[in-house]
Amino acid sequence: MRLSYFILIPFLAAAACSTPGKNLGSNDWTDDSGQAGFDAVIGAESDPTSVAFFQKSVGDRVYFNVDEFMLNEDSKVALDIQAQWLNENSMYLAVIEGHADEQGTREYNLALGFRRARSVQEYLVAKGVSLLRLKTLSFGKERPAEICSSERCYSKNRRVVSILNAGTR
Amino acid sequence: MIRFINYLIIAIILIATSAQSQNTPLRLKITRGVVEPLTFGLPSFSIENPETAQIARVLERIVAADLSGTGLFREIPKSAHIARRRSFADPVRYPDWRAIKARALVTAAVNKAPNDQVIIKFRIFDVFSGSQLGKGMQLAGDVNSVRRMAHKMADQVYSRITGEGPYFESRIAFISESGPKNNRLKRLAIMDYDGENMQYLTGNENTVLAPRFSSDGKQILYTSWETGFPQIYVLNVETMLSKRLPTPGGGMSFSPRFSPRGDRVLYSMENGGNIDIYLMDIATARSARLTTSPSIETAPSFSPDGRQIVFESDRSGTQQLYVMPVAGGESRRISFKDGRYGAPVWSPRGDLISFTKQTKGRFGIGVMAVDGSKERLLSASFLDEAPTWSPNGRVIMFSRQTQGPRGATSLYSVDITGRNLKPLRLRSPASDPSWGPLQR
Repeated sequence: MRLSYFILIPFLAAAACSTPGKNLGSNDWTDDSGQAGFDAVIGAESDPTSVAFFQKSVGDRVYFNVDEFMLNEDSKVALDIQAQWLNENSMYLAVIEGHADEQGTREYNLALGFRRARSVQEYLVAKGVSLLRLKTLSFGKERPAEICSSERCYSKNRRVVSILNAGTR
Repeated sequence: MIRFINYLIIAIILIATSAQSQNTPLRLKITRGVVEPLTFGLPSFSIENPETAQIARVLERIVAADLSGTGLFREIPKSAHIARRRSFADPVRYPDWRAIKARALVTAAVNKAPNDQVIIKFRIFDVFSGSQLGKGMQLAGDVNSVRRMAHKMADQVYSRITGEGPYFESRIAFISESGPKNNRLKRLAIMDYDGENMQYLTGNENTVLAPRFSSDGKQILYTSWETGFPQIYVLNVETMLSKRLPTPGGGMSFSPRFSPRGDRVLYSMENGGNIDIYLMDIATARSARLTTSPSIETAPSFSPDGRQIVFESDRSGTQQLYVMPVAGGESRRISFKDGRYGAPVWSPRGDLISFTKQTKGRFGIGVMAVDGSKERLLSASFLDEAPTWSPNGRVIMFSRQTQGPRGATSLYSVDITGRNLKPLRLRSPASDPSWGPLQR
């Protein structure tokens, strides 16, 4: 058998080494609900200046119509109450977290979550809350509050949640 | 954990042959019409060293699975074979293969070199014309690269018979998912195109999304909430080290894609509630804004020549697809039928754009010509999204999510003719595939 042609192709079959700071084990997962760097101290629900009171009695979230980022009338009423409370409790900072339901492509929903968060931020600022206290963030469709695949859940997932931090400033 | 770097060299030796036809009639042309799969015989590989008996069986199985998996080929079971081959050098008894209606015959032998390298020799024959198809070929590699050698061999068979580019010897970057729907853990992972050799590239402490391979397969762009806010990272596949892409002002950024040459990155960034597409030159870390509409512009994708981009925008009121020159200028809408269009990806051949279409509450993957004509849907379900092209532009892989509280994601592939829609068999849920280049 005569060799008529010869090619050498070097390549790496599988190259891997350790990644500093990245444990690839499965036991090191921690809840990331406070991952924006804001550690919430919940406090007692009976304390009207507590995070618990804000979540339960003031209301920490507003909802959106399908594929909308404009605030509806219900959301504006809810945000008026949020703004008033935030103005009275100025020690808190907030991360305004935008979410979408699962009916949409991943990156579009991420963008939609941003716009919803910005709508809420702008409204709160117009009601007197300092812009410096409000960060915005989007999770798109990555963090559904409810997991069924129908409007009953979707209407709860198209939301913006104000996550408080017992601020240090 | 340190894993060993497996280094291997594959030598391809084309074996000279005396008798071969120049213009062979054995050619499977892939069209949209119904096709009868092309039948092939794959007799047991000749074992030229007793130590390679098990490797030979693995190779046989992978080559057969690659070819049959395209839906274009069908193996004639070994139990039906008439010819009994004793060695690789045995002349082919064409009448025995014609009698069982095999149109192609693939013979191979497996040996082991003194340095422990596995050596595969193979030949492809056109049974009806009674001649060898192209030259024989020899592959060599270490024992850990047997799967790759099998894919390379199957690629040769596929390419020589179809005239299409190869694609089996390629890898997929994707998101491996675990946990319930409202507490999903997502990790960046990589695997062979057929789901084998899966390997995690990130831990599960941060949500990660939508990876994209560079065209040389050495880097992967993805979006992570590592800082608490979505940002773009670039990971070196060999070292597994990742670093944040220096987007201007550290703004929330996502939806990254490499340019064909890998020197630039298209991405979306949020600025005051407006989401636009930017282009970063990696060497200088300078970004230029490509779109300015007060609407959502995202999911950009380069044309293979790097001169144009296709992206989605809701500037008309709903998500639609637009094409514009990278150098700047007018964008032109290309999607006009009913429904919403997102996540466009330009085919590596340059002729088609794949996309996710939302219509009447369902999602499907489709393709259209670059001017928006000839739209065809290839799939439909509760939630299909995130198409990615095989290196030869023949096959599209995408994510499918099932409905309901236990809804899970998995990867599917479909031929661009719309045939051969099938799930990839994986051990765990997966989404957001990015099909890498043919490995070199």
